[in-house]
Amino acid sequence: MAVALILVLVVVGSILFHILSPWWWSPIASNWGYIDQTLIITFWITGAVFSAVVLFMAYCVFRFRHREGIKADYNPENKKLESWLTAVTAVGVAAMLAPGLYVWSQFITVPDDATEVEVVGQQWQWNYRLPGEDGRLGKSDNRLVTYENPLGIDPDDPYGQDDVVIEAADLHLPIDKPVKMLLRSIDVLHDFYVPEFRAKMDMVPGTVTYFWFTPTRTGTFEVLCAELCGTGHGYMRGIVMVDTEEDYQAWLDGQTTFARLSAPPKVGAMDAVEP
Amino acid sequence: MVDATPHAEQGIPPAETPELELYHPRGWWTTYVFSQDAKVIAIQYSGTALAIGLVALVLSWLMRLQLGFPGTFDFITPEAYYQFMTMHGMIMVIYLLTALFLGGFGNYLIPLMVGARDMVFPYVNMLSYWIYLLAVLVLVASFFAPGGPTGAGWTLYPPQVILSGTPGGQGAGIVLMLVSLILFIIGFTMGGLNYVVTVIQGRTRGMTLMRMPLTVWGIFTATVMALLAFPALFVACVMMLFDRLLGTSFFMPALVEMGELMSYGGGSPILFQHLFWFFGHPEVYIVALPAFGIVSDLISTHARKNIFGYRMMVWAIVIIGALSFVVWAHHMYVSGMHPWFGFFFATTTLIIAIPTAIKVYNWVLTLWRGDIHLTLPMLFALAFIVTFVNGGLTGLFLGNVVVDVPLSDTMFVVAHFHMVMGVAPVLVVFGAIYHWYPKITGRMLNEAMGQFHFWVTFVGAYAIFFPMHYVGLVGVPRRYPELGDVAFATDSVHSLNAFITIAALTVGFAQMVFLFNLVWSLRNGREAGGNPWRATSLEWQTPTTPPPHGNWGAERPVVYRWAYDYSVPGAPEDFIAQNDPGSRHRGAV
Amino acid sequence: MSVILVFLVVVIGFSFWWLSHQRLMSKPWLETGAALPATDVPEMPAAKVALGIFLAVVGSLFALFASAYFMRMEYADWQAPPLPPVLWFNTVVLVLASIALSCAVRAAREDRMDLTRLGLAAAGLSSVVFLIGQLAAWRALSAAGHFIDVNAANGFFYLITGMHGLHILGGLIALARVSALAWRETYSSARVRLGIDLCAMYWHFLLFVWLCLFILLAGWAGDLVAICRQFLA
Repeated sequence: MAVALILVLVVVGSILFHILSPWWWSPIASNWGYIDQTLIITFWITGAVFSAVVLFMAYCVFRFRHREGIKADYNPENKKLESWLTAVTAVGVAAMLAPGLYVWSQFITVPDDATEVEVVGQQWQWNYRLPGEDGRLGKSDNRLVTYENPLGIDPDDPYGQDDVVIEAADLHLPIDKPVKMLLRSIDVLHDFYVPEFRAKMDMVPGTVTYFWFTPTRTGTFEVLCAELCGTGHGYMRGIVMVDTEEDYQAWLDGQTTFARLSAPPKVGAMDAVEP
Repeated sequence: MVDATPHAEQGIPPAETPELELYHPRGWWTTYVFSQDAKVIAIQYSGTALAIGLVALVLSWLMRLQLGFPGTFDFITPEAYYQFMTMHGMIMVIYLLTALFLGGFGNYLIPLMVGARDMVFPYVNMLSYWIYLLAVLVLVASFFAPGGPTGAGWTLYPPQVILSGTPGGQGAGIVLMLVSLILFIIGFTMGGLNYVVTVIQGRTRGMTLMRMPLTVWGIFTATVMALLAFPALFVACVMMLFDRLLGTSFFMPALVEMGELMSYGGGSPILFQHLFWFFGHPEVYIVALPAFGIVSDLISTHARKNIFGYRMMVWAIVIIGALSFVVWAHHMYVSGMHPWFGFFFATTTLIIAIPTAIKVYNWVLTLWRGDIHLTLPMLFALAFIVTFVNGGLTGLFLGNVVVDVPLSDTMFVVAHFHMVMGVAPVLVVFGAIYHWYPKITGRMLNEAMGQFHFWVTFVGAYAIFFPMHYVGLVGVPRRYPELGDVAFATDSVHSLNAFITIAALTVGFAQMVFLFNLVWSLRNGREAGGNPWRATSLEWQTPTTPPPHGNWGAERPVVYRWAYDYSVPGAPEDFIAQNDPGSRHRGAV
Repeated sequence: MSVILVFLVVVIGFSFWWLSHQRLMSKPWLETGAALPATDVPEMPAAKVALGIFLAVVGSLFALFASAYFMRMEYADWQAPPLPPVLWFNTVVLVLASIALSCAVRAAREDRMDLTRLGLAAAGLSSVVFLIGQLAAWRALSAAGHFIDVNAANGFFYLITGMHGLHILGGLIALARVSALAWRETYSSARVRLGIDLCAMYWHFLLFVWLCLFILLAGWAGDLVAICRQFLA
């Protein structure tokens, strides 16, 4: 009796927790509302199955608990029932898989008008690179990384000269413009993760990975590393700000290009630093 | 319908396989320490696994203390946190669950359940345990190595795993871990060959495959899978060891660590991930299938009803075993592998849900119109179904590639796999121990302590891991020693974390009651007799309890029926033992 | 991972074939009595079944090495070392070892102990020569500057040949035990015959593995894959 009751309580408690608790995903700030919707579909289907199975179990425990003189049924199998259950399960699985695969095909198809933004992970900070005026990122190689060239940009590649380099500072993105995030790492695995954008992808040294999204809400969002990358993993944070077009241009104008960063230091520049 | 008649019995052919020539121990050492008796080896395996599992349990408390009350415990530095986390994961998955289900339950139950006197190769079986013990000792040694054990996470992803930014990466920690895993695999292969060949070759007369209890089916299939999957981990470990010690670049790309260009170049971290998960995903089922098998037998015995859809259950085990080799990359949806793989692996992953669901339906349908005795094993079996269904269903979130994208590497994943391959199989382990302890020791475990243990463990574990899903849904990443103040998570998330920690400590301490019960009942438990649960399968029909070396006395049993003749209509009792030749009188089925 | 998947398809196919002979479709609750069905335990000795399964494990190990080899090969820095010519000689020697064991198997069946011993000794000797030859190949490579850490291809060469050599070494221990038995006994007992059978099975399998590895390390397998890819494209 108590066992059946507690099984019912588990179901009721789980549902109430789901509805009443304040813990839910943060408001979305990208175009991936479809992902949230697929997740909601999955919640409905799985929630129904969980409740049905556990409540059925609770009923059985209550109704068929041991009583003197009662013998259990002898029933080795029931082909028809099993076939039905298999078919219903298959339908449920398909109902989750179909929208999932549809959204995935969108997720991996980058629109042609997406601008490229490179994120470069490093223990334990975030660097970024924007393609500059020519709209193309220059070649890069981890073997070229030096103190002056922290992202390993190829100095011989003309496309790289006007690339905007942002070292350990905030990234700004213009609102409503699709961006293709090119992900690179100069040391170990990292993962560029902004909870509000929903999308994420590992960064693997030696290759360039990517994902795309369109920011849909201005604001300041935290970047976290989502792939264990060593002792400082939990403290590898950054900021992405989604700006209006004007704010974005204003910010962009204040950034330094690779050419300027790697130019030999001039005496005048040194003077400016000194008091 | 063919009933055994005396006439038919005369037709029994002589034993096709010659009786095993048993090794006869002469002294105390060869009886209890260097024993070749599968039952002693089983207890050695279980004892060692539980001991090292206890270490992993304590490590989980330390992690929970840090997560629930960040900044309170100075000695839990980020380095220490990652070391605790790595060792907790590796111990629980490999050195506790795999060793306990296959080395422990496999050794004890397979020979008894198929009517064999022992494993087919007792000497190799003994070696298997001692190599396992050596692997555990090497693992423990890494705690005392300079720099401490590795803190790379149980997935041991390169390149960080052997670099100085990861605890133990440049010290002996990672080397000892890899050596220990290699030893474990060698030891396991020795044991695994035994379990498989004993099922194929050691069965007694009348014990066809389709008469075997599902426990044996589960362990058998899991062992076959483990034999084929562990080589992937072996290859990954050996290649990693080469990268670490000999400077090869199998997995190591060109990289700059802490401003210094390393001598590696060109390697592929993704290659390691493929190898690791090619082992890692079957590993989930290597733990789950024995649990599936055992829980089927617990439910059937304690509901006094045959397992519903036995054939379907067997086929489902075999199909799940085969399918689990083509789903591995669902752990790598956001690893940067080719995105087209997502379509394939999401589909295979969700397909595997169908045979798994069939198993769940058949468990609950076995309860329907049963005669349910709410004994401790039954309670644990019911709790297993609740947690397994819960954890299995959240697997549908993570297996569906695009839904996995926001959830991967968050606490949702942690909650999911703890529910499905932590709590659920461990509940089966407990249920199985309450069920078979009387056979192993001749005494029952104490009921009151058992009830306390059950309720705290079940309700507590659910209270730990159910809310944890929502911590992940909020967006909290896994493997963070502290979250700090972030905009996307409110303060209430921290209170929830503190609640989870308190629940975890409570559940942890309840396990001490269980361990005490194991020891206390050895002397003080109620005398059990040979077959306290009135069960049908062979292990309960041994002439003496606990069964001696050789199990069966002068004659091995002959099997006349399947393992699930409970509540047969017209039979005088509500069970008919597998070796009972008596004809049964029942109507057309 | 295509190599290991193909290998697994073979293993799983074989398992399903075996299972299909185990009356998996029967309804066990309808069948009572010991005579029906009598056990279906195969007549093969347990050790042979065990060795068969062990070889599947070994096969899976080398299939995984081959998979890793192919996946690593795709990366730009791959530079396969030249094949040391001594490998041709080693291959012939390993073939000889297998032939010698086959002779030993036949001789043991016909109870000709002299010939059996001769076969065993020849197999052992040629296996040792094979191992020495493999070491010579390593020396030749490192003398030419192809050290293990220069390129992943070199790493694979040492790793895979080393792993294969260790398996031969393990086999030699078993072979030594069987030989000791064959020298002690005056006639070909069932134990000796079984031991020689097992050794032969193991050697044939390792020869097969070696031939596959040879094709892999010589780069022919890579060429074949490239041709297939072109064909498909």
